[in-house]
Amino acid sequence: MMSHAKKAAIFNKDEARTDWHDASLWMVRQKRDFAVSEIPEWEFLREYASDIKTHTLSSLDTYLEAFEKAAIQNGATVHWASDATEHNEIVLSILKKHQAKKMVKSKSMLTEECQLNDFLAANDIEVIDSDLGERIIQLLDEPPSHIVLPAIHLKKEEIGELFHRELQTEKGATDPQYLTEAARHHLREKFHTAQVALTGVNFGIAETGEVVVCTNEGNADMGVHLTPVHIHSMGIEKLIPRRSDLAVFTRLLARSATGQPVTVFTSHHRTPKNEGEMHIILVDNGRTNQLGKPDFRGSLKCIRCGACMNTCPIYRRSGGHSYDATIPGPIGSILTPGIDLKKYGNLPFASTLCGSCTDVCPVKIDIHTQLYKWRQIVSEAGLPEGGNKTLMGILGNGMAKPGFFHRLGNTGRKLLRLFPGSEKLLSFTIWTKDRNLPKAPKESFRDWYAKQEKNEQ
Amino acid sequence: MDQFYPQAAIATYKLLLKLGCQVDYPAGQTCCGQPLANAGNEAASKASYSHFIDMFEKYDYIVAPSGSCVYHVRHHFDNIEQTESVKKVRAKTLDVSEFLLDVLKIKSLPSKYPHKVGLHQSCHGLRGLHLGTSSELAAEPVSKLHTLLNMVEGLTLVTLDRKDECCGFGGTFSIKEPAISVKMGKDRIRDHFSKGAEIITSGDMSCLMHLEGIISRQKIPIKVMHIAEILNADSI
Repeated sequence: MMSHAKKAAIFNKDEARTDWHDASLWMVRQKRDFAVSEIPEWEFLREYASDIKTHTLSSLDTYLEAFEKAAIQNGATVHWASDATEHNEIVLSILKKHQAKKMVKSKSMLTEECQLNDFLAANDIEVIDSDLGERIIQLLDEPPSHIVLPAIHLKKEEIGELFHRELQTEKGATDPQYLTEAARHHLREKFHTAQVALTGVNFGIAETGEVVVCTNEGNADMGVHLTPVHIHSMGIEKLIPRRSDLAVFTRLLARSATGQPVTVFTSHHRTPKNEGEMHIILVDNGRTNQLGKPDFRGSLKCIRCGACMNTCPIYRRSGGHSYDATIPGPIGSILTPGIDLKKYGNLPFASTLCGSCTDVCPVKIDIHTQLYKWRQIVSEAGLPEGGNKTLMGILGNGMAKPGFFHRLGNTGRKLLRLFPGSEKLLSFTIWTKDRNLPKAPKESFRDWYAKQEKNEQ
Repeated sequence: MDQFYPQAAIATYKLLLKLGCQVDYPAGQTCCGQPLANAGNEAASKASYSHFIDMFEKYDYIVAPSGSCVYHVRHHFDNIEQTESVKKVRAKTLDVSEFLLDVLKIKSLPSKYPHKVGLHQSCHGLRGLHLGTSSELAAEPVSKLHTLLNMVEGLTLVTLDRKDECCGFGGTFSIKEPAISVKMGKDRIRDHFSKGAEIITSGDMSCLMHLEGIISRQKIPIKVMHIAEILNADSI
C-alpha cells in the first residue's frame, strides 16, 4: 500500500491542479471565517458543544438505551450492529423482507465506512447515491475525497465528460446548472422506483428517539418521503441528550462546513409513515474501542463538518484520496489508526502539527495533540514510520551529552564550509532536492559567546 | 541557531542586555528534544529533557528565540517526573516575545529598520503558545509579534493573503513529505514576495531555514531574518 507521502507527491506533480485544489478549499475556509465572524458567541458555542459531547460520551451507554427506548415508543425498529458486517447484513435483511431490489441512499460516511454499496451490489441490489457529489463519484467508481464535498477533486469539465458518457448530456457541456439539471432528472426516476431509502444521521436525540439529518439538496427527504421503508444508519457517537441541545450544533455545523448559516434542510425523522417502517441501525464498528482510549476518545466528539480538511494545508495540497481512508484529513488521521494501526500508522505523520485543525474544530477536538500522541504509539509499536528505535535511543542519549552534541554540530557546520555548494554533492538527500542548505558561518554562537566572556574578564 | 544562525542568537542576547537584563548562556546546553519527540520517539528524548532542566533550573527565566522549542518544553515535557524544578523550568521558559511583553512589559524599543517586512507566524508560537490570535478563532485579534514589530521605527509590515498558514517545515515532516513541504514553502514565499516584502521574518528560525532553502534554490530576491535581528536593529 502506498503511503500518504507517496500519493501526495504524485498529486503534487501537477502543480496547477494542486493550486486549483488548494484554492477551492481555501475559498470554503474563507466562507467559514466570514460566517463565524458574524456570531459573537462563537467561541462560547464551541466550548458548549464540546462539553455536551464530552458529557454524552461519558454516559453513552445510558443515553443509547434511553434513545432506543424512546425510538421504539415512536414506532421505529432499533437494530444494534457491533461492526460493518453486522450493519450490512441488517440492511440486506430489511431489503429482503420487502423484496426490494433498489435502494436510494443519501450521503452517509458511515455506509462508506462499512462499504455497504459493494456488499449490496454483490447481493444483487442496486444502490443509488442521491447526493449530486456522491452520484458523480459513484458513476466514476471512486471513493469520496472529502466528507462534505465528495467530488471536490473533480473539475466541471471532467463532470461534463462523465455526464455526457453516463447521462447523455451534450458533449463538452460544463455549465453547472445544466449538468445539475441533468442529474436531477436522472435521479428523479430513481427516486420514483426505489423501494427503500437509507440516510445517514447527523444527530440522534436521546430524549425523543428521533434522528436529525442535515442536508442541502433535499434528496434525503425525497427518498424517505417516497419510499414506504426508511433506514437510518447511525454511529453510536452521534447522540446528543436533548432536543434543546440540537440548536448548539446546528449553529456550528453548517457554518463550519460550508459557511452557510444553516443547512437548507434540517429534517427530524421520528415515526414511520402509515403502514411503513422506520429502522434505525446503531453502529459501533470500533467506536467503543476508541472510547476506551483516554487520549483519543475526544475524537468521537466529531460532527463531520469537514472544516479541518478545508483548513489543513496538507489536505488542500494532497487531496483526500492520498489518505486512502474513508475519513481523510486531520480528523481521519486520528480516527483511523485506532481501527488499523499498521495500515493507517503513516497518517499521523502527514501533518506539520500546525494546529489549524484544532483551532477550526467546532467541537474543540485537540486534533494536533492527538496526532502527536498517535506518533508515539506508532513508534512504540515498531512500525517503520516511527523510525528505528535503537538508533533513536542512541541519538536521544547523545543529544543530552554536551560534548557529543557540540562536536556533531561543529563537524556539520565545518564540513559545509569546506564544501561550498554542498547541495550539489548532497543532491541525493531529501532536503536538498528542492532546497539549499543554510550557509555555514565561520563561528557558532557558542564560540562567539565564549570570546565575549573572555574579553570581559 | 547556535551552528547556522548565530546572528539571530547574538541579536537576542544583545537585545536582552540592552533592555537591562543579566543574561547567561549555559555552555552545557544541548537540545530540548523536540525533533525526536515529534518523530514519535519522546521516550528517547527523556535524557534531553532532564538535561535541559539541570541546565536551566537556577535561572529566573529561560528565554528562547524560538516558539517551537518553548512550546515543546511547556507542553510536552510530560513523560519525566514533575518535580518542583521541572515545574518551575517549564513555567519559566518563555519565547523572547513573551518575555519582552509580559515580563519586561516594554512599551517601546530603541530600534530602527526602514524596510518592508512580511511576518511569518510560526504555528507553534501562534497556535501553540498563543502569541497571537490565529485566524481560525473568533476572538479579538492580538499578536505579540505584530506589537513588537510596530515598535520598530521605519518598518512597514505587508498584509498577506493568508496571514498564518503553515510554511511546511514541520521538523520531520520536511523529510517525510518533501513534496508537500516544499510546495507549502513556495506558496508562503510567493505570498510575501507578491506583497513587496523585502524580508520575511519570524519568531522561529526553523521555519525560516526551510523558506531560505527554497528562496536560495529558486533565487528569489527576498531575505529571511529572525525577528530578534529586526528588534535589535538600530541603524541600516
